[in-house]
Amino acid sequence: MSVQEGVRPEVDAATVSRAEICIAACADAWRGDGEILASPMLTVPTIAARTARATFEPDLLLSDGESRLYTGTWAIGETPPADRIEGYVPFRRIFDILWSGKRHVMMSPSQVDRFGNANISALGEFAKPTRQLLGVRGAPGNTVNHPTSYWVPRHSARVFVERVDMVAGVGYDRAAAVGGDVARDLDIRRVVTNLAVLDFGGPDHTARLVSVHPGVTVDEVVGATGFALDVPADVPESRLPTAEELRIIREVVDPRGLRDKEVRA
Amino acid sequence: MTDKRMTEDEVVAELRSGMTIGIGGWGSRRKPMSLVRALCRSDLQDLTIVSYGGPDVGLLLAAGKVEHLVYGFVSLDSIPLEPHFRAARESGAVTVSEWDEGMLQWGLYAAASRLSFLPLRSGLGSDVPAVNPDLKTVTSPYADGTEYLAVPALNLDAALVHLNRADASGNGQYLGPDAYFDDLFCGAAERAYVSCERIVPTAELTAAAPVQSLLVRRSDVRGVVEAPKGAHFTTCEPDYGRDEAFQREYAQAAADDESWAAFADRYLSGDEAAYQAAVADRTLEAAR
Repeated sequence: MSVQEGVRPEVDAATVSRAEICIAACADAWRGDGEILASPMLTVPTIAARTARATFEPDLLLSDGESRLYTGTWAIGETPPADRIEGYVPFRRIFDILWSGKRHVMMSPSQVDRFGNANISALGEFAKPTRQLLGVRGAPGNTVNHPTSYWVPRHSARVFVERVDMVAGVGYDRAAAVGGDVARDLDIRRVVTNLAVLDFGGPDHTARLVSVHPGVTVDEVVGATGFALDVPADVPESRLPTAEELRIIREVVDPRGLRDKEVRA
Repeated sequence: MTDKRMTEDEVVAELRSGMTIGIGGWGSRRKPMSLVRALCRSDLQDLTIVSYGGPDVGLLLAAGKVEHLVYGFVSLDSIPLEPHFRAARESGAVTVSEWDEGMLQWGLYAAASRLSFLPLRSGLGSDVPAVNPDLKTVTSPYADGTEYLAVPALNLDAALVHLNRADASGNGQYLGPDAYFDDLFCGAAERAYVSCERIVPTAELTAAAPVQSLLVRRSDVRGVVEAPKGAHFTTCEPDYGRDEAFQREYAQAAADDESWAAFADRYLSGDEAAYQAAVADRTLEAAR
């Protein structure tokens, strides 16, 4: 045998796209979650959740976004075969699961502040918004019931703002003000963007820079963030996907390369 | 068993201006669109609409029927933002109660269970209470003393839902992937009306599908409308999927008054039969 067992094949950093870095960073959001429902929105988080389950987090539950849970790994846009159905999760049961806490969602907000308050509802004055977005949808309930992460495909000072116009997803300062179960269970795990990974490990649960993607400087991230970001003295680079993760991403989940439409660079 | 068969226009004739009307389905999925189109043709006004909203809300807004909206979202699913809803919000043309999706379920369940409210964690800490100042909290009377949002009952004057099959007395059946909240809408309403793809003899309901697919009981239903393609252009699986091409045309037409007038003239100026004929013509044209 020419390759030692247990030694991973090398990944050539030059061949890894920014989207693939983002997918690995999103996948890590679910690391350690075990047997809970992973609910990704948008393309990169969807690829990430399936990649996480196919590699380091095999007990995750994954749905088709409609009403069925499936085993195995399948491509974006594809419906898995019926013999891989393992559960029935119509919307009403999704509410049951989210209220039970056994879920971790990754949403894509239009605004986020330094305490993790997130807006998917509307921009401007709520009574007459300058731009109506989706509405609060499930964000208020998601954030106070189970872990939540965010995916921001375009990191900018328009997204990362001092104050969000409408708090749909609850952040740490708001949760602390409510106290009780809400403060105990609020868990905004991480924010992955096209430039960096943030969490809320700064003073008083404020946003902190965890890592910058290869090729991105700390100054770029700080400049594209509209609030004071906690920047540790030493900020590492975001990790590369493993060879096995890259195989899953490129050959199994996203052979059509939809990830590059969501993250350019 | 009472024969409750009616037409869309007979249903609408039982409704009044100012009523609170709940509409079943979810986004652009299994919406009672033929009943919504009949509402749009009527002279009813100032309605309060409760919905996991899709083009039902859009059409009613475009027809000027809505005074107040209660929703968790209004979306066309494959097109994230409902264009008429967006326009109505951005022009301030409608007042709204924007709730968390789970709150809507709880409000309907409270109404169906004849409770004035149900406690829920969801909504606390968010701006939902701030923009809905009528919402109140309640403290657990038990030792934990936990504070919850007291989601008020969503008592409906009428509910409109669309199912795959029903019998003539109102036993309704869904055959698709999700019941959504249609049974709760019916339970929360003074009068519930079920449209369906086909009215069948009662015995046929369970001949082809499991008993669990019987979603709505006749004791909750006042009228049944046979409405083939009644959910068009939303999904009604397994009978048919969403008419994505038509939905795109709808969304593009909503972009400005002139194109919307042309769309309304082509599709919405006549009765339901005229609508279905215009849609069939369009499909034929597209095939050529």
